[in-house]
Amino acid sequence: MTIEELEQIAASVQRENAAFDYEVNVCMDLACVSQGADKLKEALVKSAEASGKKVLVRRTGCMGPCSHGPLVRVDPDEALYHKVHAGHARAIVASLGGPPVAELQCDLNEHFESQVRVVLENAGYIDPVKIDDYIARDGYKALLTVLTEMTPSGVIHRVTESGLRGRGGGGYPTGLKWSTVAKAAGDMKYVVCNGDEGDPGAFMDRSVMEGDPHRVIEGMAIAAYAVGASKGFIYVRAEYPVAVSRLTTALREARRRGLLGNNVCNTPFNFDVEIRLGAGAFVCGEETALIASIEGKRGTPKPRPPYPAMSGLWGKPTLINNVETYANIAPIVRNGGRWFFNMGSERSKGTKVFALTGKIANTGLVEVPMGIKLREIIERIGGGVPAGHTFKAVQTGGPSGGCIPAEMLDIGVSYDALLKVGSIMGSGGMIVMDDTSCMVNVARFFVEFCMTESCGKCIPCRAGTAQMFTLLTRICDGTGTMDDLELLEDLCSTVKEASLCGLGQTAPNPVLSTLKYFRNEYIEHIVHKRCPAGVCTIQVPSEVTA
Amino acid sequence: MSVEADVKTLIIDEQEVSARAGQTILQVARENDIYIPTLCHLDGLSDVGACRLCLIEIKGGNKLVPACVATVQEGMEVSTDTERLRKHRRTILELLFAERNHICSVCVSNGHCELQTLAQEQGVTHVRFPYRNPNLPVDASHERFTADHNRCILCTRCVRVCAEIEGAHVWDVMGRGINSMIITDLHEDWGASSCTRCGKCVQVCPTGALFDKSKIGSDHPKYPDFLPYLNLMREAQ
Repeated sequence: MTIEELEQIAASVQRENAAFDYEVNVCMDLACVSQGADKLKEALVKSAEASGKKVLVRRTGCMGPCSHGPLVRVDPDEALYHKVHAGHARAIVASLGGPPVAELQCDLNEHFESQVRVVLENAGYIDPVKIDDYIARDGYKALLTVLTEMTPSGVIHRVTESGLRGRGGGGYPTGLKWSTVAKAAGDMKYVVCNGDEGDPGAFMDRSVMEGDPHRVIEGMAIAAYAVGASKGFIYVRAEYPVAVSRLTTALREARRRGLLGNNVCNTPFNFDVEIRLGAGAFVCGEETALIASIEGKRGTPKPRPPYPAMSGLWGKPTLINNVETYANIAPIVRNGGRWFFNMGSERSKGTKVFALTGKIANTGLVEVPMGIKLREIIERIGGGVPAGHTFKAVQTGGPSGGCIPAEMLDIGVSYDALLKVGSIMGSGGMIVMDDTSCMVNVARFFVEFCMTESCGKCIPCRAGTAQMFTLLTRICDGTGTMDDLELLEDLCSTVKEASLCGLGQTAPNPVLSTLKYFRNEYIEHIVHKRCPAGVCTIQVPSEVTA
Repeated sequence: MSVEADVKTLIIDEQEVSARAGQTILQVARENDIYIPTLCHLDGLSDVGACRLCLIEIKGGNKLVPACVATVQEGMEVSTDTERLRKHRRTILELLFAERNHICSVCVSNGHCELQTLAQEQGVTHVRFPYRNPNLPVDASHERFTADHNRCILCTRCVRVCAEIEGAHVWDVMGRGINSMIITDLHEDWGASSCTRCGKCVQVCPTGALFDKSKIGSDHPKYPDFLPYLNLMREAQ
């Protein structure tokens, strides 16, 4: 495979597509499929055949606003239809060449306007199982450029220059991590892709793996070349069967095209990737636990140092990055580090994909430049909370993050700003809550999650989260006391400071941030025995009823 | 040992000490009679950094570091006994007491228990957390030993000694989080397991979770000191 051959493939795909007058793109992501997108696609194919028009009906990855699904976009008119079902197929096909179907059209201009799509640039435009579709949109061009024109240190320099930071949550500078692994001694090195996305309400990585799997593989191959690795692993949770099957297909196709394997594209570079399935443990997203799991051991974290960059898989230097981090690599190589560096805020560069969920009009995936105000994401892109309710807080960073109240909505989204207000960027889950959410109950939910997902190795996390849950349950039930609250705060500091890995160290964040901004709700439960949001069932003390 | 042994000097609790490169802070502290509490650590076994009692502070870093796995660095200043550390140690011990059913007065290890000793040392006078009182089994199926899960603190010393020293790997951990449990083989009864009956796990168990049936009703001190010696003799061979 050479650049010219890639271009030939791209040209042939474009020729094939040009034979059609219209393209009907159907979002076949999980949310849309669960609402009948698969039947819709069948119906569209049938109607198209019956009509005699030259129509290409294409399955695509997630288009974004899941709450409007199933979504259909008709090109070249770029008409976006929402809440489409199989019964609409005939009307859509009939409208081709004429005015769009008015009843299905949705006005999501505000939703898309402030988004910048880098990671999701192909979402909604390619068929995820077709490697040629990816190649037609500049796919694997970056890998070929790297292999034929750049030195490993040149690649690392470009990534460093871009200012990209790890998208898994920690925000560690990606270029620095790569250069550490590149400098580590050893002939055998590994690159690992962390696809064990487990935060409640987060589905960015799933969407990328399902909608654009080659982008992840290309990023990994470039990373492998840069650090001197010849073997890669994608660790995906088994709860993502579609992602697993799309990645499996993608790997097979990439091998067939000579983009993986020995002598990739006739260069001395050898690289292949294996998929490893996670067995449903959240803690396996922690890198040392993930390594143990790939090695076939019990998925428990180990103290660092040694860091995986020095001693990872089977004791070899190992580069571990998140799905979204790898998904940023190809565009950075293609467009240059400066291009990426110029997007975003001072210390957080590029864009970030967020999964908007909760009490918000447009739930789904959004990709925004770093530094964008939270208010803009929630009110403009997300369409605000449902009518009749008022916004209360937004939870970022999953169980490791915190709740950010309404008065802080004008902060810009960046690693540092979110940390400063007691939350974290995390992998990109964003749960919006309105006046029907009880913040004590929310804190309890996340603590319960951490309790059940704790691996049980270290005492502060194993027993500490369980006690935090007990104390929070008391408060929610109305049986808590002010002493319990004090004890809870004291316990939070021990769990935060003494736990072995990130899971325990961040488990108190939902409690600490709600205590910081919504302390009055705790007090209401304890002193006045009432839940302001009406969520918790307060138990009436027996003395009163007797 | 190499003649060019790399020697580091550092300060532990305002005392200047020297160490070989690669030594852990805990090793160096013990050599110099500086006490750091430990529970999952045992001389002769690999370290897992799980009990978090040996956490120490290093000047210039905000994070607490487990002394059993952290290696010495030239010029580092270590504090092993600050108010912050004492608070966390007490809380961790309280969490252990509340986690399962630790009733010293009826325990075979009363008076020889590392958990009990640590609690006294660290000034744990009462437990602030609600007792969880879990309903846990006692496995008395083995002809010589008993496993009382009510007293287990999941330090995994038994798991490590069985895998690393005896080479049998009969013990392991099952389940997650608060529901974790040590098990023999694939959760078979201890008596029906592939146990070699060597008894090393009983000797290294810091509490009364694993005990010798013949010692019930009498003093049951444990002797884990054989491990470093055993390792030394094996290395010499």
